[in-house]
Amino acid sequence: MDLVLSKRDIEEMYKCISENLVREGADCVLLIDRAANLIVNCGNPMTLDVVSLAALSAANFGATAEIARIIGEEEFSLLFHKGRHENIHFTSVGENYILITLFGKEVSLGLIRLKVEKTIKKLQEILQRVES
Amino acid sequence: MAFIDFSKREIQCKIVYYGPGRGGKTTNLLYIHKAMTENVRGKMVSIDTKGDRTLFFDFLPLSLGSIHNMSIKIQLYTVPGQVMYNASRKLVLKGVDGVVFVADSLRVRRANNLESLANLEENLRGENLDMTRIPLVLQYNKRDLADGEIPLMTIEELDEDLNSQLHVPSFPGSAIKGTGVFETLREISKITVKQVHEKLLKR
Repeated sequence: MDLVLSKRDIEEMYKCISENLVREGADCVLLIDRAANLIVNCGNPMTLDVVSLAALSAANFGATAEIARIIGEEEFSLLFHKGRHENIHFTSVGENYILITLFGKEVSLGLIRLKVEKTIKKLQEILQRVES
Repeated sequence: MAFIDFSKREIQCKIVYYGPGRGGKTTNLLYIHKAMTENVRGKMVSIDTKGDRTLFFDFLPLSLGSIHNMSIKIQLYTVPGQVMYNASRKLVLKGVDGVVFVADSLRVRRANNLESLANLEENLRGENLDMTRIPLVLQYNKRDLADGEIPLMTIEELDEDLNSQLHVPSFPGSAIKGTGVFETLREISKITVKQVHEKLLKR
């Protein structure tokens, strides 16, 4: 299945991510598909190699899904890596997409999780509309 | 799964280099990375590499000009060839748009080629893809060894073994010297982008 997005679809997703996550303190947010295509990048990704980040994140998500299956889970729907200065939070958006949120130590994980949940609901609506 | 972004006027496709272990998939990507200029290629990422085997995948993004005002971004991946890493191969095949099968010309690797091609067919089926329909190109690698003492399969034998039913484009190559590497890349890019473009026009 191919994904074709119009300018309006992209703008709508960008706005949703920007208002819910970047405004709340996330440094950079990427929406990718499971094949590692970068769909939206938002925030301050200029200094990051976002293409590599997308490829490795999709692989990371796939690999942990296999770990989940080994222990009898279908999938881990969210992953979180804590760094000294920067943290990264991955969440699945439906079956085909992954939302990657980077945030610093001054932002709480709880807030990010709350806002991610809200963002995902809206993104799913848009993506379902595009796919149908 | 190709991704088409009308806001950036960009088409993204995924091409996977498949084939038996130690056949030269990573060497193909390394040669492309070395030979292309920085404005065309992105950063090559290799992960979990122990010795000369790929344990997960290699990744190389390329920008290949434009078609109908849409710029073409291609992402090249390799898979681990060894039989036991099938779970990783399945992961890398997710959303694939085109495949290069890098066959090993060494006569002793004949069974490995056949086994790997059968494995490709099976894993594509798992992704609801048909090997006879997906853009596919064969590369018969290690032809530079033809003058040495190690027995190689002839091109005809390789064609008979691997391409008698598929009838897809095939290229003799030597990934280490660069022979056939760009011919293979050019062909797979052309047919992959063409198929994505045709699908796009149908919508």
